Amino acid sequence: MADQNYITASCKIENGLVEKDGRNLFTHAGDVGSLLLAAYQHFRLSYPKFHKMDRLSKLGWLATEVLLMDSFEQGKYEPEDISVILANASSSLDDDLKYYDSVAEAASPSLFVYTLPNIVIGEICIRNHFKGEQAFFIQGNFQSEFIQQQAAYLLANNCTKCCVCGWVDILGEEYKCVLFLVEKIKKGNAALFSAVNMDEIFNSTAK
Amino acid sequence: MTKQTNKNVFIVADNVYSPVGNTTAANFARLKENVTGVKKHFDSAMSPLPFYASLFDAEASFSSDGPYTKFEQLLIRSIDDALKQSVIDAGDPNTILIISTTKGNISLLETEKHSPAFRERIALSTSAKIVADHFGFRQVPIIISNACISGVLAILTGMRLLRAGVYENAVITGADVISKFILSGFQSFQALSPDVCRPFDEAHDGLNLGEGAGTVVLSVDKKYAGSLKVKGGSVGNDANHISGPSRTGQELAGAIMKSLDDANIGAGDIGFISAHGTGTVYNDEMEAKALLIAGLENVPLNSLKGYYGHTLGAAGLIETIISAESLRKGLILGTPGFVNAPELYPVNVGASHKSFDAVNFLKTASGFGGCNAAVIIGK
Repeated sequence: MADQNYITASCKIENGLVEKDGRNLFTHAGDVGSLLLAAYQHFRLSYPKFHKMDRLSKLGWLATEVLLMDSFEQGKYEPEDISVILANASSSLDDDLKYYDSVAEAASPSLFVYTLPNIVIGEICIRNHFKGEQAFFIQGNFQSEFIQQQAAYLLANNCTKCCVCGWVDILGEEYKCVLFLVEKIKKGNAALFSAVNMDEIFNSTAK
Repeated sequence: MTKQTNKNVFIVADNVYSPVGNTTAANFARLKENVTGVKKHFDSAMSPLPFYASLFDAEASFSSDGPYTKFEQLLIRSIDDALKQSVIDAGDPNTILIISTTKGNISLLETEKHSPAFRERIALSTSAKIVADHFGFRQVPIIISNACISGVLAILTGMRLLRAGVYENAVITGADVISKFILSGFQSFQALSPDVCRPFDEAHDGLNLGEGAGTVVLSVDKKYAGSLKVKGGSVGNDANHISGPSRTGQELAGAIMKSLDDANIGAGDIGFISAHGTGTVYNDEMEAKALLIAGLENVPLNSLKGYYGHTLGAAGLIETIISAESLRKGLILGTPGFVNAPELYPVNVGASHKSFDAVNFLKTASGFGGCNAAVIIGK
């Protein structure tokens, strides 16, 4: 029997709300572009590269900032022992459409580089100096059981000691990001890392 | 710590469907004769300038008005040939389909109106369902889109699911189709060679793109004992730059060394290396540094990009399958385009084919987003 793993933090960005561990931290009434910028400013983040990112990377990067804020003792882990496993439905289509519009005039390399869904993992890894396992999966809907199994395998087989996993999806004005910080230690009232608990957080509405 | 590595994961069947040939055997036979798929193309619909790439010609007869896109037809043809060689049943609930691609049906952007129905049609999960239904797979397919390591990551994902006992068999397939979208992007990055690519050569000046598909069928069933095995692998991130590789190669080296541990072998047990070897200065230099750090600088190495171009989400599969055939036949293929290594490169690149006897080979891959992956296949 493998050691138990726990969800030591979660973050959700959806419907103009930014939540952490089920608590609403920020509300914004506006389109998704203005939400991402307003949340960046609200949390007093300072990372000039943010403004160059596509919206998928902004969404995933921002959620990771909130996820790790005040919750994560990164010093306990080597960079190689922290992994990132993400999934979505729309791949990078949100940026693909913008890139393809640029092709008619002059193809933009700064848009082209974001036409891969895993670039958001790269942005998160660069910011946080994570060098461990990574994977980006495409799924019609969030498959908690699969993501849980993938992360649990890595944790059980010493491929990783800590994992940021979840869902980051954006296309036009539709977006949703739910991230989980998974560690082998039980902190406070951390929930067991299970598909059921992931689904509960994924589907919950903010208090 | 419960290590789930006691299960052997066997390679049961495979296929390479490329401009070079339609089966693994046909591809290997042509590569032995130094046939390459990379040619000069003049196609004003794709590019105002001529370009070198490995593309299917009109004789490959992809239907443009049927229910399946070219991307889906490629996957179907490749899976079909691989499944025919095995007795593995797609309809068995213990069999999982894993699909690897970077851009899937992205060429539809160039021809279709961008309606909601189009957005549904272009989604990778739609293609996956279409392909799964064609063969009667019962489980929802897994789709991996992780830049140029997608193919290697798909093999590792299959290996891990089988080791963990989630499934008994995995059909792992991957494809990418080269269209104006992809070509214009690599042109905008100035990543394409104006000629045939020259991986690891002192005159290397960029990559060629290529299209194709590859499929490998894995099983933990002991009746396949004696077949080649997927022995181990690892993935990592540079945490350095989204479009340029690590300056040191330390992170790819880390993935290689973790792969050796996972396979429970040492650097001295690797008989040859199938490198990513795209032919860009940045990639080749980083890989050479990584192999030196991992203690593999003297091990014979090749890059198959001169035969296939960079087949993106299919590359890790196609190159692993061809290298597995090398292991079976005792013939390491040469590296088209390679003549002289740059002065400071410590790696042992082979220009021409060479007979050899080895037990294991290492396949590496690296991609945008700073990702690196390695897998070890052996007897």
